[in-house]
Amino acid sequence: MSVAVASQTFRVALVGAPNCGKTALFNALTGSRQKVANYAGVTVERKEGALTTPAGRPVNVLDLPGTYSLRARSPDEVVTRDAVLGRLEGETEPDAIVCVADSTSLRVVLRLLLELKSVGRPIVLALNMYDIAERQGIAIDLPKLQSMLGVPIVTTVATRKRGMDHLLAQVDEVLRTETAPPHAPPWSEPSAADVRALYRETERILKACVKPPQHPDTWTGRFDRVLLHPVWGLLILFVVLFTMFQAVSWVKPLQDLMTAGFDWTSAQIDAHMAAGWLRSLLTDGIISGVGSVIVFVPQIMTLFLFIIVLEDLGYMARAAFLMDKLMGGAGLHGRAFIPLLSSFACAIPGIMSARVIDDKRDRLTTILVAPLMTCSARIPVYTLIIYAFIPAHTLWGFVSEQGLVMFGLYFTGIVSALLVAFVIRKVFWRGLSEPFLMQLPAYKTPEPLNVARGVLLRGQIFLKRAGTTILSMMLLVWALSSIPLAPKGAPGPAIDYSFAGMIGHALEPIFAPVGFSWQMAVALIPGLAAREVAVGALGTVYAVGNGGENTGALSNVLAHHWSLASALAFLAWYVFAPQCMATLAVVKRETNSWRWPIIMFAYMMTLAYAAAFVTYHVAHAFGA
Amino acid sequence: MAAKAQTLDAPLPRPTLGGARKGARGVVLKVGAEGGRPGGLEPTELERRLLEIGFVEGARFELIHEGLFGRDPIAVKLDDMTVALRRREAASVLVLLDGEAEETEFAEAAE
Repeated sequence: MSVAVASQTFRVALVGAPNCGKTALFNALTGSRQKVANYAGVTVERKEGALTTPAGRPVNVLDLPGTYSLRARSPDEVVTRDAVLGRLEGETEPDAIVCVADSTSLRVVLRLLLELKSVGRPIVLALNMYDIAERQGIAIDLPKLQSMLGVPIVTTVATRKRGMDHLLAQVDEVLRTETAPPHAPPWSEPSAADVRALYRETERILKACVKPPQHPDTWTGRFDRVLLHPVWGLLILFVVLFTMFQAVSWVKPLQDLMTAGFDWTSAQIDAHMAAGWLRSLLTDGIISGVGSVIVFVPQIMTLFLFIIVLEDLGYMARAAFLMDKLMGGAGLHGRAFIPLLSSFACAIPGIMSARVIDDKRDRLTTILVAPLMTCSARIPVYTLIIYAFIPAHTLWGFVSEQGLVMFGLYFTGIVSALLVAFVIRKVFWRGLSEPFLMQLPAYKTPEPLNVARGVLLRGQIFLKRAGTTILSMMLLVWALSSIPLAPKGAPGPAIDYSFAGMIGHALEPIFAPVGFSWQMAVALIPGLAAREVAVGALGTVYAVGNGGENTGALSNVLAHHWSLASALAFLAWYVFAPQCMATLAVVKRETNSWRWPIIMFAYMMTLAYAAAFVTYHVAHAFGA
Repeated sequence: MAAKAQTLDAPLPRPTLGGARKGARGVVLKVGAEGGRPGGLEPTELERRLLEIGFVEGARFELIHEGLFGRDPIAVKLDDMTVALRRREAASVLVLLDGEAEETEFAEAAE
C-alpha cells in the first residue's frame, strides 16, 4: 500500500478525546464533501469526507468518535479502536492518524497520543483551539514538544479554519515519507501500570514543554457556580427544557403550511386524475402517509437545534451532571438524559444516541424506555382526541383543560419510563452499575455554521427515513386497507372490505374489554407504520373527507361515535403502545438481535392494554 | 509535609475523594483497587478508567461542585480539566488534602 499510485486514495483518521473540537476540525477540512454512513448522528456514527492535499493526494478523512483510550468500552469507542487498528469489516487500517488535542487541556490527550503511537501508524498532532491557549497565556514550546513526542505538530483553530493548509501539508509529509508498511503491531490493552507509565512520560514532557496558563479561563468557573448550583442549576435546567418544548410548538405555523401544501397537492391530483387505485395510492398512500411524517421535520429540526447548541456550548455534560442523581434513582445513567431528551422528538434518534452510554446494560435500559417518552408523532393523535372530548374550559383563569390533559400525557410517559427503568434495573440487572465519569468541558460559543450543519444533517437523516422505511410501510398499509376492493355500491367505507378491515373485525373481541370499537382497532393497524397515521386511518374508517387533515370535522365525528371512556382508553393506549415499526427496526439494528425489539413490543403492549383497560373501566364507573 | 506522619502501617483511614466536601483541595495520592464501595465496576477496571480520564497519582484536585441530593455526584477540578463523577467511584481515589490532613479527618468523623 506504500506504493503511491496516482489514483490511490489515502485514508486519514481523526482521533481525539471528547470535546477537543474534532468534529469542527472535520467540518473545516471537508466542508460539505461529507458522507455519513447509514443515517446515524453527528459523533456516533462513522463520518467520512473527501479532500485533496496540497500535494494533490486524494484523501478520505474519517471522523471517529471521541475516546480517552483505545481500550474501548462503549460501542462508540469500539468503532474508534477498530477503525484505528484496521479491524473494521472490509477496511484496512488508516494510512495516517491525526490526533486532535484541546490545546488548553493536554494531559489526557498526550497520554492517548502515546498509546496511539504503539499502533505504528504515522501520526500528526493537531493542537486545536490554539487561540484559546494563546489567550490564556499557555506557553507551549512547540519544537521541543515535537521532538519529545516524536510526531509532527500543527496548531489549528478549527472553528476559524486556521491551520488547515499546514495540517494537510504535514499529512502529505507523513504520507510521503512512510516507507514499508510497519510490521503489524500486536496492539494489546494497556494495563493500569501501562497507563501510569504513559502518564509519567506525559508528565515529563509537559513539564519540559508547557507552562501553565497565565490567565486561566475563569468564565467557565463563574458560569458553573450558577449553572451547577444544586438549586439554581436544576431550576435553570428545567427552564431550558421548558423553553425547548415551547420552541417546538413555535414552528407549528410552518407545519400547518406544509400540511396545507400536501392537501393542496392531493386536491390537485384528485381534481385532475380519474378515480382509481393509482389515484388512491398517490393521495391516500404516498402523500397523506409520507406527508404526515414529513410535516414533523420542522419540529424535529427545532428540537435538534436546541440539543446541538446546548451540546456545543458544553451544557449537555452539565445537564447530565445535574440529572445524574434523579436518573440514577430510576436505575438510569446520567448520560441517558440526552437520549431520552431526543426521544421527545422521535425515539429513533434517541435510541441511536444511546450509543454514548458505555455500559451495555445501561444502554439497553435506556433503549427500552426511550419509546415511552412522548414523541412528536403522538402529538397529532393526542390533539385529535383531546379536542374532540375535552371541553375548552379554563381553570383558574389561565390553565386550559386541554393543555392540562396534554401535559398529563407527557408526564405519564416520563414517569412510566422512569418506573420501567427502575423495574428493569431491580429485576433483571441487579447490583452492578456503571460509573458516571465524564469530563465537564469549558464553555464555548457554538459556531453557527457547525450548528447549522448538524441541524441540517438531522433533517436529512429523518427525511431519508421518511423516504425509505415509512414510505414502504405506508405502501403496505395502503395495500392492506385497499385490497380487496369494496363491491360496487357497497354501503360503508371501503376499508371495511379490505384486509385491514378483516383484521380489525378479527381484533374486535380482543379490544372490546378496553372499550375499542372495530373502527378503532382498524386504525391501530396503519398506526403501526407511524403513530400519527392513525389519525388519517380514523378519517378513512369514518369516511370523512380528508379525515387526516381536517381534524376539526373528524373531531366532531369521533365525539359523536365514541364514549368519553373509550376516548380516554385510546389515549392511555397511545401513551404505551409500541405503535411504531421503525422504532422496533432501529432497536433490532442497534442491539443486533431480535430479542430486545420483541421484549420491547411485549412489555409495551402489555402496559398499553393494561392502561387502556384500567382507564376504560375507571372512566366508565365514573359515568364517562 | 505534615502528612508524612501518616505512614503506610498506620491504621488510620485515609481521606478519599468520595468523602471530601466542596472546597477540598489536595493531591491524588493513590488511585486504586482498595477503598472502593461495593456495587460498582470491577476494581481494576474502575482503576484504569479513573486513570484514563485523568485521576493519576500526583494530580492536583479541587472539589468544586456537589449535587443537590446526597451531595452527589461531584465535580472535581483536576489539573487542567474538570471531571464529574459519583462519590461511589470517587471513594477509590485516596487523596492527600492540603494543610493538615489529620484535621480534615476529624472534621469528617465529627459529622
